[in-house]
Amino acid sequence: MFSHTLAGQRHAFQDLATLLARATPLRSGDCLAGVAAGTDAERAAAQLALADLPLKHFLTEVVVPYEDDEVTRLIIDGHDAAAFAPVSSMTVGQFRDWLLSDAADGQALAALAPGLAPEMAAAVSKICRAQDLVLIARKAEVTTRFRNTIGLRGRLSTRLQPNHPTDDAIGVAAAVLDGLLYGSGDAVIGVNPATDNVAAVGALLRLLDDVIHRHEIPTQSCVLAHLTTTIAAIEAGAPVDLAFQSIAGTEGTNASFGVSLATLREGREAALSLDRGKLGDNVMYFETGQGSCLSAGAHHGVDQQTLEARAYAVARAFEPLLVNTVVGFIGPEYLYDGKQIIRAGLEDHFCGKLLGLPMGCDICHTNHAEADMDDMDVLLTMLGAAGVAFVMGIPGSDDVMLNYQSTSFHDALYARRALGLRPAPEFEAWLEASGVMAADGRFTPLEGGGRFAGALARAGAAA
Amino acid sequence: MSVVVDRWSGLRRHTPARIALGRAGVSLPTSEALAFRAAHAAARTAVHAALDADALGATLGAMFPAVAVLASRAEDRPTYLRRPDLGRRLDDASREGLALAEPKGADVAVAICDGLSALAVERNAARFLAAFAPHVARHGWRLAPLGIALQGRVALGDEIGELLRARLTLMLIGERPGLSSPDSLGVYLTHGPRVGLTDAARNCVSNIRDGGLAHGEAAHRAAYLCAEALRRGLSGVALKDETAPAPAALGGGAAAIGL
Repeated sequence: MFSHTLAGQRHAFQDLATLLARATPLRSGDCLAGVAAGTDAERAAAQLALADLPLKHFLTEVVVPYEDDEVTRLIIDGHDAAAFAPVSSMTVGQFRDWLLSDAADGQALAALAPGLAPEMAAAVSKICRAQDLVLIARKAEVTTRFRNTIGLRGRLSTRLQPNHPTDDAIGVAAAVLDGLLYGSGDAVIGVNPATDNVAAVGALLRLLDDVIHRHEIPTQSCVLAHLTTTIAAIEAGAPVDLAFQSIAGTEGTNASFGVSLATLREGREAALSLDRGKLGDNVMYFETGQGSCLSAGAHHGVDQQTLEARAYAVARAFEPLLVNTVVGFIGPEYLYDGKQIIRAGLEDHFCGKLLGLPMGCDICHTNHAEADMDDMDVLLTMLGAAGVAFVMGIPGSDDVMLNYQSTSFHDALYARRALGLRPAPEFEAWLEASGVMAADGRFTPLEGGGRFAGALARAGAAA
Repeated sequence: MSVVVDRWSGLRRHTPARIALGRAGVSLPTSEALAFRAAHAAARTAVHAALDADALGATLGAMFPAVAVLASRAEDRPTYLRRPDLGRRLDDASREGLALAEPKGADVAVAICDGLSALAVERNAARFLAAFAPHVARHGWRLAPLGIALQGRVALGDEIGELLRARLTLMLIGERPGLSSPDSLGVYLTHGPRVGLTDAARNCVSNIRDGGLAHGEAAHRAAYLCAEALRRGLSGVALKDETAPAPAALGGGAAAIGL
């Protein structure tokens, strides 16, 4: 039982999950789950009570029962007490102050990451303002490698997302070319298949693999099929770079996605067995998003932001190349409007970075949410300032397969230019050598078409 | 003047995606920036359109032994958007109606739902079912009464199938409107439908519309999944869609444009 008296009124919170939920900035998903604070005063009291809670408490009171949930067991059994030691005597409030202090530099944060339980990261995020979430996350540098280097300071990578409503190969290829000519694709060239079908997924994988190898692009491909489909594709001989899976913060939600920790291990081992990474062996690509546990009916009365942080504890066990919080994708029942989407995106990036993950963000909204591209611009700018590893690059922001709006090739160039950010170094060199874009981020005139002269001549003749 | 036109704009005919938009500096040209806002306005309008269930029932009634117009527990659009839990359950009157509907124990219970786009249902449900009917006849599947539900989510089909004691549910539902596709229909299959199942128990064929997955191809895939689900007694992640991909997806895409 926790409590705090504010303006003469005592607010009580029966357990840790309740305290965390009541302390969470307002969002529709917590209201839907019935766990949100009833009033602004209750929320403020919960934040004050949470700030006084020792970090050690999170190791003794879990929010989802240990016996019932393999994610809880992963968190508790995998906790690194030595890494935790420097902050083990702090309260949540003192932890925020320390994170903002100059003592918490990049090296200190990297050393701390294995010692943090996801609920600790979630707790401190709840008492942070947006600017705190930016400033602290900016200090945490997480780099990963497959065929290039993701997450270096001063770099902003993009996932080139060339989706097509029917997986039409020429349509996908056209969008890939468009993205490459706009300097996109250093995080991954990643297609969401319209149908989860082993043969179609294999065809898309071969298409992307051919382009990457023919043009010697220092990047990796991914077809975002269910992990069991990707494993089947590997068995059928398909050229898989990254193994993808959506994951969440409870065992029940992962089960609703058709996976377990054992499935994730199996997928990672299958991808590693192909040994296709030139610079490193980060072979997993995970996607997450607040609200998935409630959507699956497996939230255990825990708020959606804390559960999202628990998904990052799942991710870090598999050394991913990329973790992408798809922040506005599920819809307004979880994040109602632009304000809630912006806050959630900053929280997710912050928690992921604190836990040592290469965090990217699909800065997005659906047409039934109260949000528009102005909101996306605000979040993109703030995440760029916070050091986000990658964002999406979608032609004209319009995903014609998944039916939502995310950041475009143009948007990524805006962020790079406004914030002085550059692509991954290997990709940047390739862009210059290919005649697409100079090292200063300016387009080159593509005289003769550079590396893509053939495609450009053919497209020009057809126009 | 200040706009750079992309030399590869000829590729736009290969995809509905917004490629080769050109640029002003590194940003969208004015014409494309404003076209995007107009499309967003159209998609927002589609979200709030209403489905005429009676008219749809009159059109489709001949294929089914009966038609039941149903409603979820979400009483209006604003409630539906904020409360997916209410959209997954039938209201009391609908439950009572289905309890009386005959025949029970059919092979396939087809349900149609507005979802997030009534426009998708109006444009595509009848055309999908027209293409699906020959498969029904070929397999000799017995159809349950057709349920047409308002303010419904995908999982509502499980309750409909359970009340009709059908072997599987095929739910046709309006997918959330995209910027360029306000009318996309999704088809979800659940074997052994009952309240409480999750997405892991379902298979999906999506993006059914003009400019998306063709109705005949969608019906072919759905029929394959139905046949396999009935034969193997399961659906969901254990049931893979092994139908041959459409010829365009079989490769040569990059070579075809010289990439």
